[in-house]
Amino acid sequence: MTHHAKLSTLLRSAVLSGCFIFSLAALPAYAMSDEEKGYEIAKKSDLSDSGFKDHKVSMKMILRNAQGQETTRDMRFSVKEVPNMDKGDKSLIIFDAPADIAGMALLSHTNILEADHQWLLFPESGKVARISSKNKSGSFAGSEFAFEDFTSQELNKYKYKFLRQEACPNVPSLTCDVVERFPLYERSGYSRQIGWTDTQDFQTRKIEFYDRKNDLLKTLDFLKYKKYDDKYWRVHLMKMDNHQTKKSTDLVYDAYSFDNGLDDKDFVKGVLGTLY
Amino acid sequence: MKRILPLTCLAALAAFIPSPHESAQAGTWRIGGYTALEARAFTQDHKWAAQSDNLDLSLIVTPEFRYKSDDRTHRINFIPYLRANNVDAERSHGDLREAFYMYRGDEIELLAGANKVFWGVTESQHLVNIINQTDLIEDPDQEDYLGQPMVQIASQRDWGKISAYLMPYFRERTLTGEDGRLRAALPYDTQSNPTYESSAEEWHTDMALRYSHYIGDFDIGLSYFSGTSREPTFNITPRGELRPHYGLINQFGLDLQYTTESWLWKFEAIGREGMGDKFAAAVGGFEYSFYQLFESDLDLGLLLEYQYDGRDTSKSPITTANNDIFAAARLAFNDTQDSEILAGFTIDHETQDSFINLEAETRLGDNYQIELRARFIVGADQGEDLYDFARDDYIQLRLARYF
Repeated sequence: MTHHAKLSTLLRSAVLSGCFIFSLAALPAYAMSDEEKGYEIAKKSDLSDSGFKDHKVSMKMILRNAQGQETTRDMRFSVKEVPNMDKGDKSLIIFDAPADIAGMALLSHTNILEADHQWLLFPESGKVARISSKNKSGSFAGSEFAFEDFTSQELNKYKYKFLRQEACPNVPSLTCDVVERFPLYERSGYSRQIGWTDTQDFQTRKIEFYDRKNDLLKTLDFLKYKKYDDKYWRVHLMKMDNHQTKKSTDLVYDAYSFDNGLDDKDFVKGVLGTLY
Repeated sequence: MKRILPLTCLAALAAFIPSPHESAQAGTWRIGGYTALEARAFTQDHKWAAQSDNLDLSLIVTPEFRYKSDDRTHRINFIPYLRANNVDAERSHGDLREAFYMYRGDEIELLAGANKVFWGVTESQHLVNIINQTDLIEDPDQEDYLGQPMVQIASQRDWGKISAYLMPYFRERTLTGEDGRLRAALPYDTQSNPTYESSAEEWHTDMALRYSHYIGDFDIGLSYFSGTSREPTFNITPRGELRPHYGLINQFGLDLQYTTESWLWKFEAIGREGMGDKFAAAVGGFEYSFYQLFESDLDLGLLLEYQYDGRDTSKSPITTANNDIFAAARLAFNDTQDSEILAGFTIDHETQDSFINLEAETRLGDNYQIELRARFIVGADQGEDLYDFARDDYIQLRLARYF
């Protein structure tokens, strides 16, 4: 089980800041390489959405097999932003459905250089167990999302390459920057990803995932963005399509709540036993 | 319906149950739980007189009521558990798995009522886990527990979590009736009360302390327990029955896990005094996982643990986990039904008597879960730990409806 909570980071860091592109145009003589441009853009994008402190959201995960049969999982997740750029965020996911896994909870402390720390609460026994975070490319909760789609979104886990500008997928009225990124962390299931980020609100609109054989594996579409507190954009529908298995997963979000006063004590191992 | 714990704690709890009109702190009630049908078929005829060869059928009902205030400061859990069984009257029983009020402040957590508490890391045995009495009649794997009445005070600090427990009432172990399988050669005396070392009998106040924290890739737990042993010894009554006796013990516990890459290294140890000579016991080993086996969605975990126990079982409670090797494989399918298979065995490396265990489960639709458990005892000769259960191999199927 793992890491929905890192979705926020996914959104924050995913790709490119059009704002930076715009300022690039204002710099006449200096020419950056496409790699530098891609990195700087991703860095600016990563910072552009920071400062939210914490958020909580409920969501529904809809899993579809190749025949279109659906199963759903309900979960709540909360994220605490860690301001230190050398540390990842802390997150907690609690499952509410299916009923037999209700109360199962996953606590994650993301690290940049070291392995992430993760603990799982088994509500029936009350057991809290540390689990391995090595399983990067495995499926999260039987979905088409891999663990790394949630946990490995920190800026320095990739190198980048700016590709082009074009009309945004899903929102043709906006212009998108297209940046390719290559995982630097071990055991990724991907050879590369291509991301589309709009130049107006700097939000990711689409990501394509290529497998280790460099074949197109999955497409993730970001839909139904909404702005909170006039500052923080959050997506409310993510659709992941696996082109090889024909399976798909939708993540449908309720309204987010920000700045709930969550502190480190809400994200320690010792809190897991008090949740359910 | 014997053995439902005294309701004294509950009376105190009732005062905290909010009326629906207190809208200022409305909170949320969640109602869940499950009901299950379970069939257990023994593959051989019984070994001991009076035991039944009938198909063992159970109906299990366990509703769950959970309240949490909006600010998450106050919680109430109420989880009764009922099993009705057609073969063994002792197996038809009820319990309050949880019935507590919990206050969670900034510095302090306070819990009053019946609860379950789990300590430890290893898979094959739960040496350190001592707060709750084993509900042995549920399953011989000793992973079901009775709700323990307690007052718990805990505090989370930067340097770890410290918890203190006061337990005013002792829960005696549930034991198989005369008709039931999976019992010793002599039937248990389930009619009269057990005997106790403490003159306060089941009202002896037990206490425990627990420290737990993590440092990098290490998780560590230290614990101390002083009170009535959860494990009984048995005295033979004039009627030729085994009557449980519960002595007083002090026990230190250590549990440690080191998590690195695909390895989970696990270790638990206890030192105990009381009910016989002082002794130490330990269990340790690893779980190694192969993720996405052959580029599929399957994860395969391999588990290996060694069990050591230094007790003299002529004086101390009996254990089968004394010089045993546990090996198992866990296959997780990572499918939408959360299907999983665990297959393994525990073998005494001196006597070679073995316990083979197979567990498989999957979800059907959104609300049903089906589970298979098969247990076989192999090579248990007279005088060996598992001899009394040598003909009690069984296959069990359970269908649960969650709500």
